[in-house]
Amino acid sequence: MNAVLNPIAALGRAALGLIKQAGALALFALEALSHLVRPPFYWRIFFSSLIETGFFSLPVVALTALFSGAVIALQSYVGFGQYHVQSAIAGIVVLAVTRELGPVLAGLMVAGRVGAAMSAQIGTMRVTDQIDALTTLSTNPMKYLVTPRLLAGTLALPCLVLVADILGVMGGFTVSVAKLGFSPSTYITATLDSLKTMDVVVGLVKAAVFGFLIALLGCYNGYNSRGGAEGVGSATTAAVVGASILLLLFDYLLTDLFFSQ
Amino acid sequence: MSTPQSTPKIRIRGLHKAFGSKIVLDGVDLDVETGTSMVIIGGSGSGKSVLLRCILGLIEPDAGTIEIDGENLLTASRSRQDALRRQIGMLFQNAALFDSMSVGENVAFGIRAKHSDRNGATPSRAQALQMAGDLLKQVGLDPSVGDLSPSELSGGMQKRVGLARAIAGNPNIMFFDEPTTGLDPIMGAVIDGLIVDCVQKLGSTAIAITHDMASAQRIGNRAAMLYHGRLIWQGEASELMNSGNAMVDQFTHGRREGPITMELRK
Repeated sequence: MNAVLNPIAALGRAALGLIKQAGALALFALEALSHLVRPPFYWRIFFSSLIETGFFSLPVVALTALFSGAVIALQSYVGFGQYHVQSAIAGIVVLAVTRELGPVLAGLMVAGRVGAAMSAQIGTMRVTDQIDALTTLSTNPMKYLVTPRLLAGTLALPCLVLVADILGVMGGFTVSVAKLGFSPSTYITATLDSLKTMDVVVGLVKAAVFGFLIALLGCYNGYNSRGGAEGVGSATTAAVVGASILLLLFDYLLTDLFFSQ
Repeated sequence: MSTPQSTPKIRIRGLHKAFGSKIVLDGVDLDVETGTSMVIIGGSGSGKSVLLRCILGLIEPDAGTIEIDGENLLTASRSRQDALRRQIGMLFQNAALFDSMSVGENVAFGIRAKHSDRNGATPSRAQALQMAGDLLKQVGLDPSVGDLSPSELSGGMQKRVGLARAIAGNPNIMFFDEPTTGLDPIMGAVIDGLIVDCVQKLGSTAIAITHDMASAQRIGNRAAMLYHGRLIWQGEASELMNSGNAMVDQFTHGRREGPITMELRK
């Protein structure tokens, strides 16, 4: 009997653990957000996080978007060639990039780069008593460390995605014109015909949600890290994995919300 | 009801704290009179750091009272707790300097943070940096050290910067968590001297926790020993090496044999 019940009990414990974690994360987010409307706001930390997240992530996001757009154009050309509808490539590229690839790939890149850095930085501060030192210096650590980063993440990712959208389309354009023999003017006309404001806006909304989630997971895991270097390492891994999974989950939910009939 | 004259600066009664099944503080009672430098000694895991962290609000005790100037910290409103704790300056064991800031910015942070609490004008960043230079001089460092990052400093210099940051808000209570740990004996003596000077200059009440008996006698005028979460002895710091308590004497003389048995995993 125990052999049957033990796996079920383990499953139950895992489910309860997950619910507990989700609750703790939600409370952490609420507390951090409450500091947005309670002064002081640490603008210096905000701008430094904004530059770290937005500006210094530009190269990796730009390259990812450029090559993704190029690959989609190439793959579509091969696939659509079977049905003689290669002319749809421009539309496919712009649709895929603005709706999905721009926000998701930029989000995953930023989760790996910035989410990990936030978690490591705050985690190191935790295990070296720097967060306790903030408290003894009459500074609320949530207000000082978390709230500005959450806002910076939420605002920076849409800007990055806007750049990713443009470069993704440019990647498709470059391959289509230089390698597949499309006429530049025809490709541009087809791109503009397929470009919809709603797609871009939804992509930016997704990006804002993803940016918030990445910063939240980075800060939460770092803030609650324990046990020295190993604890900081585990927190960093948890931040990147957690943010990536949540990002894909919310991608589905937002797509369902905005695009399902 | 005690008169204001007899109210200790810090009064702790029946303080309990457990982490799971491990009891760390088991009914601690302690009075620290105004202007006293109290040294708390005890082995690793005896609850010294937890006691300080409970007073600072970094750990919530399970039971008991902590009074500052007769006002119970644990039942006061959040804003009142914050106000009472703003009187406290803390030097951490590893100095806990912010590694994302320069040395000068660390001290300036302490200046700005504490000044902004007191409804006075918060000094500008430039003013605070200038004031930080003066504080660095006060702890025996050249103001040019302010441009370095904390990782470029030796352990002793980091402790001095930590001390400068701790006294930035002119606290009237100061806590020192193992201030000489990791320092050579001469640097330890220098840091102890600075601590005594700062405490005397500010007229502060101090609690220091330490394993270092020489340091304990230099810093403190009162002493207490924690063992298994309980205060087993209190007296004058000058009596530490000859307290008449078998446990204290074993600890202060570092004897293997005696009533204190080390719990070692087999």
